[in-house]
Amino acid sequence: MIGLSHYLAVSAALFVLGVLGIFLNRKNIIIILMSIELILLAVNINFIAFSSFLHQVHGQIFAMFVLTVAAGEAAIGLAILVIYFRNRGTIAVDEADMLKG
Amino acid sequence: MNPTLASIALAGPETVLTAGSLTALMLGTFGGGDKALRWLTFVAVTIVAIAGLTLIDDPVGRTLAFDGLYVTDAYSSFLKVLILAASAASMLLALPYLAGAKTGRFEYPVLLLLATLGMCIMVSANDLLTLYVGLELQSLAAYVLAAFHRGEARSSEAGLKYFVLGALASGILLYGVTLVYGFAGSTEFDSIHRLLAGPGPRSLGILFGLVFILAGLAFKISAVPFHMWTPDVYEGAPTPVAAFFSAAPKAAALGLTVRVLVGAFGPMQFDWQQIVLFLSVASMGLGAVAAIGQTNIKRLLAYSSIANIGFALVGLAAGTPQGIEALLFYLAVYLAMTLGSFLVVLQLRREDGSAVELMSDLAGLSRVRPGLAAALAVFMFSIAGIPPLLGFWPKFAVFQAAIAAGLVPLAIIGFVTSVIAAFYYLRVVKIMYFDDPGVAVASTRDPINGGLILVAATFCSPLGMLTITPIVAAAGRAAAALFG
Repeated sequence: MIGLSHYLAVSAALFVLGVLGIFLNRKNIIIILMSIELILLAVNINFIAFSSFLHQVHGQIFAMFVLTVAAGEAAIGLAILVIYFRNRGTIAVDEADMLKG
Repeated sequence: MNPTLASIALAGPETVLTAGSLTALMLGTFGGGDKALRWLTFVAVTIVAIAGLTLIDDPVGRTLAFDGLYVTDAYSSFLKVLILAASAASMLLALPYLAGAKTGRFEYPVLLLLATLGMCIMVSANDLLTLYVGLELQSLAAYVLAAFHRGEARSSEAGLKYFVLGALASGILLYGVTLVYGFAGSTEFDSIHRLLAGPGPRSLGILFGLVFILAGLAFKISAVPFHMWTPDVYEGAPTPVAAFFSAAPKAAALGLTVRVLVGAFGPMQFDWQQIVLFLSVASMGLGAVAAIGQTNIKRLLAYSSIANIGFALVGLAAGTPQGIEALLFYLAVYLAMTLGSFLVVLQLRREDGSAVELMSDLAGLSRVRPGLAAALAVFMFSIAGIPPLLGFWPKFAVFQAAIAAGLVPLAIIGFVTSVIAAFYYLRVVKIMYFDDPGVAVASTRDPINGGLILVAATFCSPLGMLTITPIVAAAGRAAAALFG
């Protein structure tokens, strides 16, 4: 029988993978965007699991909002990435170092 | 009346800003494109003013709308006045800058209107869902604003860094929201408060959720250790955008943090007080020490805003109505000081037309533009907290609240760090008045910006003490509404 704790464990694992993907990745900014999506999906799994466990609809409504906002967030992130690439000609994480002090 | 219509009527500023921002976008698109920037800015300021007027006939006392998702009370009204004023000032101060730069695009006031709408929703949130939607609306507009100079590598890098770290912070906050939802069974602040105040052991899951939510919010107010983005984004973003970031979003995010901690997690005060204490001490300390080595004015002001958030958090750490009142008073004065400093910096140009960014460029400013130099000196003395100026009183109020709450060591640390920070504020004054002029500084003479500087400088000068009584009275009512 798959219970609430199984879903929470999967979600926690995805969340940690997403956070590590942002901090350990030294190559490509696209991978960072994918890691952000991973974090938001982990959040959604949590919401749906709790919603089903509590017999409430609130969690599912919240998950819908998260999905919608995530779509907008990804669009803005990619747009900023495009103008960054136009200016610099690269999307390597290591080379985003013009601002320092 | 129909409950939905009644709710919409209660959410006056949000309704006006929603309709206004969409109208402004259409006006800009079909009314001349980028040539429309100047009059569209005045339209946007008018919309913000109308939104402010709707606050006047807000019902006295606490009123819920949209089935408890949204709340209006004296606390939200106080913060909305600050947010709307700071946003209107941010629109006006950008006009000469954008006219001179190649990116004088009409989207600037529209994006500011959308960010303002998000901030108004944030301070009126009474549910974790409203909190999230408001926060994201404000953040998404802010990411675009940071990368507004789209042809410039530094601006787009600032936008990218802000986006990545901001999205990570939202993710961490959301994960905390799921835990609180799961273990408390509700996302509404009042229900969470009732559950926590009730008998029985508290679930560890709620504590974990609270820590995650606080980490996400600490990023938005740029409290140490979640401050890494602030200096980079302020330096890379266009200067009027940096001025905006340092003012209204800070007030909104801090107001939201206070409402979440006191309104929803009030019974867990013992738990969150430790975290807020740490954030406060770390922000004051790092803000004071790290700013000393800076040569760029925008980075200096970024560290100054980090230190100021630390001082404001002293009031929250006290956790008493007196502390929240001091925090609100601090915010009101801080907004005027930071916007004033950025306004002065915005007026200065090198002779080749490029913007002044290095502190050494200010050398000898007192001889070229004595008025501007005097205004900047007033802002610097005021932020440093030198007694006769207005900036001293809110600092005094937060330390007094901390001592009254028994946090004497915190007040002492705050006092020591504000003395350290005074060093670099006074260094700016020394450069302006006593150093030999280096690069010749030309300056724009924009009547609107001149007026704004005059108002802000008068407010921060000892004359501003006349406004203390009404501001503190309003802040007191706001804090009382929060504790109910």
